Amino acid sequence: MSYEKAQSKNVIWDWLTTVDHKKIGIMYLAGGAFFFALGGLEAILMRIQLMFPEFTFVQAQTFNELLTMHGTTMIFLAAMPLLFGFMNFIIPLQIGARDVAFPFLNALGFWLFLFGGILLNVSWFVGGAPDAGWTAYVPLSSESPGHGLDYYVLGLQIGGAGTLIGGINFLVTIINMRAPGMSMMRMPLFTWSSFVASMLILFAFPALTIGLLLLMLERLFGATYFAVDFGGNVIIWQHLFWIFGHPEVYILILPAFGIFSEVLATFAKKRLFGYSAMVFATLIIGFLGFMVWAHHMFTVGMGPVANAIFAVATMAIAVPTGIKIFNWLLTLWGGRIQFTTANLFALGFLPSFVMGGVTGVMLATSAANYQFHDTYFVVAHFHYVIIGGVVFGLFSGTFYWWPKMFGYRLNETLGKWFFWLFLIGFHLTFFVQHFLGLMGMPRRVASYLPGQGLDSMNFISTMGAFLMTVAFILLLVCIFVSTKNRTNVADPWDGRTLEWTTPTPVPEYNFAQTPLVRELDAYWHEKYEGDGKMKAAEPLEDIHMPNGTILPVVMSLGLVVAAFGLIYLVHPLTIVGFAITFGAMFVRSIKEDHGYHIPVEAIKRDKEEG
Amino acid sequence: MKYLWRLLPLSLILLMSGCGVQNLSALDPQGPVAEMQYSLIQLSLYIMIFVLVIVFAIYIFVLYRFRERPGDTHIPKQVHGNRTLETIWTTIPILLLLMLAIPNVMDTFTLADVSVNEEGEESEDGEMDHVVVEVMAHQFWWEFTYPDYDITAGQDMYIPTDTRIIIELQSSDVQHSFWVPALAGKQDNVPGIQNDMWFEAPEEGVYMGKCTELCGPSHWLMDFKVIAVDPDTFETWASNMAEPPSNVTEPEGEVAVDGRGVFEQSCISCHAVGDDGGNIGPNLTNYGEREVLAGYMDPTDENLEAWLRDTQEYKPGNEMPNFDHEAINDEEMAALIEYLNELKILEEE
Repeated sequence: MSYEKAQSKNVIWDWLTTVDHKKIGIMYLAGGAFFFALGGLEAILMRIQLMFPEFTFVQAQTFNELLTMHGTTMIFLAAMPLLFGFMNFIIPLQIGARDVAFPFLNALGFWLFLFGGILLNVSWFVGGAPDAGWTAYVPLSSESPGHGLDYYVLGLQIGGAGTLIGGINFLVTIINMRAPGMSMMRMPLFTWSSFVASMLILFAFPALTIGLLLLMLERLFGATYFAVDFGGNVIIWQHLFWIFGHPEVYILILPAFGIFSEVLATFAKKRLFGYSAMVFATLIIGFLGFMVWAHHMFTVGMGPVANAIFAVATMAIAVPTGIKIFNWLLTLWGGRIQFTTANLFALGFLPSFVMGGVTGVMLATSAANYQFHDTYFVVAHFHYVIIGGVVFGLFSGTFYWWPKMFGYRLNETLGKWFFWLFLIGFHLTFFVQHFLGLMGMPRRVASYLPGQGLDSMNFISTMGAFLMTVAFILLLVCIFVSTKNRTNVADPWDGRTLEWTTPTPVPEYNFAQTPLVRELDAYWHEKYEGDGKMKAAEPLEDIHMPNGTILPVVMSLGLVVAAFGLIYLVHPLTIVGFAITFGAMFVRSIKEDHGYHIPVEAIKRDKEEG
Repeated sequence: MKYLWRLLPLSLILLMSGCGVQNLSALDPQGPVAEMQYSLIQLSLYIMIFVLVIVFAIYIFVLYRFRERPGDTHIPKQVHGNRTLETIWTTIPILLLLMLAIPNVMDTFTLADVSVNEEGEESEDGEMDHVVVEVMAHQFWWEFTYPDYDITAGQDMYIPTDTRIIIELQSSDVQHSFWVPALAGKQDNVPGIQNDMWFEAPEEGVYMGKCTELCGPSHWLMDFKVIAVDPDTFETWASNMAEPPSNVTEPEGEVAVDGRGVFEQSCISCHAVGDDGGNIGPNLTNYGEREVLAGYMDPTDENLEAWLRDTQEYKPGNEMPNFDHEAINDEEMAALIEYLNELKILEEE
């Protein structure tokens, strides 16, 4: 393909075939936002059902499907893809690269996630969604009637492959594609934390994949790994799931920590306090994240030795997390704090997350955990860390990077309304749940009986959920209303890192000349110590770009076809599906594709226009 | 003024202990195990409130002191870090965690110790100093077997007060979890594995128990009761369960005799009264003394009929079939209900 041809593609075809990390990032954000809304809808239906005791808004079976899909959707299809969206768009810009290391794989990862997510949700329309909780404990999951759990194992295997591919891609990108002078210890914290999160993906997802594979073999082909009557063991599933599941929460929270580190430093107008301590704290959290999975299993009978060890190991994570909290506070100390919406979410995160963190230590107390476990106390805890941490991070990142991604700032007035409503709604929903749990309300209950002292707090919790819903709608209004503010400012926040050196909208090659990095916070350094421009690390030359391709879509679609064949045991369909996927892989392997070059003249033209 | 700080966590605890229904809430412990866990919860809460107060104080100060004021355009000093500070906030949390970790490890081992003193098994007055109860969880009900007494009960778990109760947890189908918040934290009923725990109830009373592991559509209705009675009453209960009194084995009223007939025709393959009957559903020997029907409903005649007619409506996914009018007509139903209501073993006629 020539440069001219690459410029004149049909819009839809362009997005379907793109391998540009920025477009893939935006598609991740759009897909993640769709599933976030869907998971939110599931949540609000559950909160309505729990508004009154013995309410019959939805049936118990439907409730179990809602709770399963809410958890699965929010973790796998909303939080992770939204973070992947920012990682895709921002990391190459932050490290001064023109794209990720494997643009084709990047596209494949996205399409696998999207098709896996859609496949999972098809189950709603064909006889019932999975109903065994997002943790899918056997034998409830392995013996669950209908096809819901089949959609779960196959949808997550396809989506999980996409995540694994994405994680490997980020690892290679960050190791190999940093601009000259960008040593590891000069990388922005968002890149660092995404790097550690990608390592966790690399080691954690295989455990899930194995678990899902075993569960699939058990459900579809009568294997007996978990069947007690045939000498199977149900605890194996729990270990496999949580060896993945616990690092998973760090996969989510670490990139969010990265976003807060960028946002707080930018809006306090100060360098991040204790940068190297922050980096090592991130690494230690990532490492310890693999050592503590069994704290989800204190009550399954591992014995006091294992319980004590995992309890102490879990408490240890509070130390590096505390280091991060104090470093953020000291970053603000002595700064000039600007209360933009992006920063409000970062500032709202600090107390909210600390509250979630301290209940985490309480939960780690194994002997007390026997009371907390599987009650609403746990529900409150993980929503405090996931909403107070991850979701606040996503919203902060949204307001922070939106001008770079879309060329306009989000309306600050609406943004602040959104922030306050969401913050109040969030605490209203989940604070009371700590008490509900200790007062005797187990989690995952489709309703509760009157006269057990649980009525009023459940009602309050539901009111909070309504407030969060209103806030989310306000965000959508904010995004829509703000489109008229298009200004294409390159550096709206007086940014510190390389992404703000690129023009807005970011050209497809990102940097006309690869920048030379001379300090941490490279752009800030050039602005306040130099002449305000990045030094170029290379002469202006033709830029080599990869061609777009439809093959990632075809490969992913083939796997979906194969999945339907497996779910309904229609073997010819399975074979056709795999043939499509492997055929596309074959084509990809033998077809020579040298990409194309963007001529120097076009780059110069862009520069003059910019 | 300086003591006011100390009252803050205390008032929170008071607030907390005001929460919830007695004999259900874990914040109102009624036995040594729940008390041990409650004091651990309190300890962790005190430490955590200490942390929260410090963090929030710095946070509020920083936000107020270093907020951007109108017209302020100065560029703050770019500080790299401070080793002393960083050492302090690494060390202090470690010490705080040790304060919590050490009692936790001790309690974890105490709670796991289900050994009983073999020699002192019977105290001087001939009473057992411990009672073993095998708890078998089913979708969606509980079966309590007392191996030392050779009896099995359903839904209501009678225990003697002031006696160590050794619980052996098992499951017949999917994973469940056994939780009596006011007496003890939970342990799981895992298929294929036996888990042990213990608790004691110093006071007589009816304690609410719940299943806390998602086990199917009626998970939220899988409640049970722990009924603590004085040791003498317990011995009476246990021996009457083993050999039911005549009002249970040979009902006297004419209607009840008919009801027994219906029971033998429709129920006995799954439910036992005394030794007589199957063990697929709960043992009904003391049905007339149940606190609740089907784990959660008031045991009225109307509710009982509604339940028998349409069990799937009231506890979806359970194993019991519905009995329509063809299976049991209205007259038979009335007789059956009369018979079941008379199944009482503690009140002598």
